Amino acid sequence: MNGVLDFVAGLGRTVLDIVRTAGRVALFAAVALSHMVRPPFYWRTLWGTLVEIGYFSLPVVALTALFSGGVIALQSYTGFAQYHAQNAIAGIVILAVTRELGPVLAGLMVAGRVGAAMSAEIGTMRVTDQIDALSTLSTNPIKYLVTPRLVAGTLALPFLVLVADILGVLGGFTVCVMKLDFSASAYIAATLASLKVMDVTVGLVKAAIFGFLIALMGCYHGYHSRGGAEGVGAATTAAVVAASILLLTFDYLLTDVFFSQ
Amino acid sequence: MTEATPKIRIRGLKKAFGPKVVLDGVDLDVMGGTSFVVIGGSGTGKSVLLRCILGLITPDAGSIEIDGVDVTTLSPRQREPYMARIGMLFQNGALFDSLSVWENVTFGLMAAARIGRGPRITRAQARQRAGTLLEQVGMDPAVGALSPSELSGGMQKRVGLARAIAAQPEILFFDEPTTGLDPIMGAVIDGLIADCVRRLGSTAIAITHDMASAQRIGDRVGMLYQGRLIWQGTPSTLFDSGNPVVDQFTHGRREGPIKVDVPT
Repeated sequence: MNGVLDFVAGLGRTVLDIVRTAGRVALFAAVALSHMVRPPFYWRTLWGTLVEIGYFSLPVVALTALFSGGVIALQSYTGFAQYHAQNAIAGIVILAVTRELGPVLAGLMVAGRVGAAMSAEIGTMRVTDQIDALSTLSTNPIKYLVTPRLVAGTLALPFLVLVADILGVLGGFTVCVMKLDFSASAYIAATLASLKVMDVTVGLVKAAIFGFLIALMGCYHGYHSRGGAEGVGAATTAAVVAASILLLTFDYLLTDVFFSQ
Repeated sequence: MTEATPKIRIRGLKKAFGPKVVLDGVDLDVMGGTSFVVIGGSGTGKSVLLRCILGLITPDAGSIEIDGVDVTTLSPRQREPYMARIGMLFQNGALFDSLSVWENVTFGLMAAARIGRGPRITRAQARQRAGTLLEQVGMDPAVGALSPSELSGGMQKRVGLARAIAAQPEILFFDEPTTGLDPIMGAVIDGLIADCVRRLGSTAIAITHDMASAQRIGDRVGMLYQGRLIWQGTPSTLFDSGNPVVDQFTHGRREGPIKVDVPT
């Protein structure tokens, strides 16, 4: 009996912890977003973060998308060739890339690269008193550190996903034409026939939401890190894990909203 | 004739973190233009006291008056003008890694201008002003182009001091200004602090467990022990206070009323 009660009590505590953390994150995000409409605006920080996310993440996102598009084409061919349905591969590649692979893979890459960096940078500032120093220098730390990063994350990821979409399709095209001897013109025609504005648009909307979530997790965990280098390390891990889980959760929810009918 | 109002008056200040009571009714008056040094062992709440005055930590009870206004009752927005009158030198400098030295020094000036609380200043003017401030703390203005990570601990403290005095604050706080420095550099920093406070006519509170530093900086010294200021006096009486707790601490004796847990 005691074992059952302990289990229920533990479950209750876990649920309460989750609800409490969700509330704190929501409040943190609301405060940060409220600073978007109140001056001063830190354009220099915003531009720096945009470049950091949008430009310096390009190589990793590009390579991921290129190879993923190629893998989709190869795997599809393995299955579809049995039923002589190779003509459907171009459509499968563009559907998979624009709807799912582009936003999700770019999001996961950026979560690992940028989310971790944001958390580590802000966490280090926290444990070395730099955030307290901001407060003593007429600067609101959330307005200065968090708001520009949330805006930059939301704006930069759609751009990266657009690049990932193009390169993912290019990866599929390269594999099909160079390795599987497809006709280039036929592949391009099939791709264009399967290309839907709605798919690309939803992918970009997903990307904007993912970018916001990645930046939010990086900033939240960094801002609340404690206890020196170990605390910063733990915050960085938590930021990447939380961002990845949230990203996949929201991916399902958004897919359900946009494509369930 | 009425008694002069202290620049900073603290009454019954209390702060606990869970079951650990850190401040247990601190009373303190610091008169305008004077320097007060708080001494005490590690973990006795010296930094918490400073952070409560700065508004970085919310006290559980008590009042903190600056020029007669209890700042603990103000909203963050109402509190901002008071905080703008305070400069702070953090223990490890707390310089912003992502900015150059000159940007660090003039960060507060540019931030104040941005929110309309200070005169407008261009980046060129700010850089020139940073050079002047660096000279005031005994540094070559050319250092302004460097990154904080390229500086030694003593140089980082000086840059932190230049940043703290940049806006010519009425109140200056120093959090263990000589920790981690060799005795000569410690004396240099103390000299600069005393010089800056005198030149600006600021009111200063410093916390330290460096007795030599306390004597060099302070007009008055107080000891924080078990959450209260148990003794106040002049630096000249620091080593002969007549209080057994203070005497044990200042002389660094193992035996006495202060019990230190030493793992065996």
